[in-house]
Amino acid sequence: MITLAHFVGLSFVVFTIGVVGVLVRRNLLTVLMSIELILNAVNINLVAFSRQLGDLTGQVFSVFVIIVAAGEAAIGLAIVLSLYRLKSSVNLEDAAEMRG
Amino acid sequence: MEPGLFFFWLFSAVVVVGAVGVVVMRQPIHSALFLLLSFLGVACLYVQARAELVAAVQVLVYAGGVMVLFLYTIMLVNVKRQRTERYLHRQAVPALGFGFLFLLVVGGVVVNEARALAGKAPAADPAALATTVIGSETVLGNTQAVGWVLYRDYLLPFEIASLFLLVAMIGAVVLGKRTMERFD
Repeated sequence: MITLAHFVGLSFVVFTIGVVGVLVRRNLLTVLMSIELILNAVNINLVAFSRQLGDLTGQVFSVFVIIVAAGEAAIGLAIVLSLYRLKSSVNLEDAAEMRG
Repeated sequence: MEPGLFFFWLFSAVVVVGAVGVVVMRQPIHSALFLLLSFLGVACLYVQARAELVAAVQVLVYAGGVMVLFLYTIMLVNVKRQRTERYLHRQAVPALGFGFLFLLVVGGVVVNEARALAGKAPAADPAALATTVIGSETVLGNTQAVGWVLYRDYLLPFEIASLFLLVAMIGAVVLGKRTMERFD
């Protein structure tokens, strides 16, 4: 039988992979993709608890998370594009003007 | 093994392989394709968790919209030249160590808590997620039920979300304009 723990465990694994991806990669595009992974992990959790409790609020909130993720991707990729025009690079370490 | 559990592990494997591929692959285009695999696996899991509407939205918005945005951006920035560069950040090794520790310690605690919670009460009747009572009649279907909750209890957040999408769209257009080129 699939229990809540299955979904929560999977979501935690995906979340950790996303966090490691954000910390490890230099490419800004891959970092954005890892952020999408993190948001997906949150969604799995919301849907799993909705299933466990028989309450639809979790599903409604996961729809909201998807909306925010779409907006975040649009803005993030626009920033990547303007960074590329400015620096001819999409590497995080090349955008270090604000380092003290 | 019962079929439900078998498919859960199958889709979980797809999701995790996709997620690992996103982080490991050198070329962003390969990462994007693995991300697509992961999104589709998550959509299958939503169907298993009786969230059919969320699964459909996941496929349409993530696998459709967000994926196309990523692919266009990868097309517009020149990826070829990165073939020989190193692709890991300087902090990669401590970050990996942190990830393992995080997975073991926090993950262990969280999964144990979830197991205790699931042991206390079995999962609710799946019919509760697919029926809604409107007025005096009972309507079947997950989409109808989610829509009813969305438009009755969460109308204000829904309207704010539409405003947010408008702001995001205008922001993306402004940021993407070519006049940003000489900004410094």
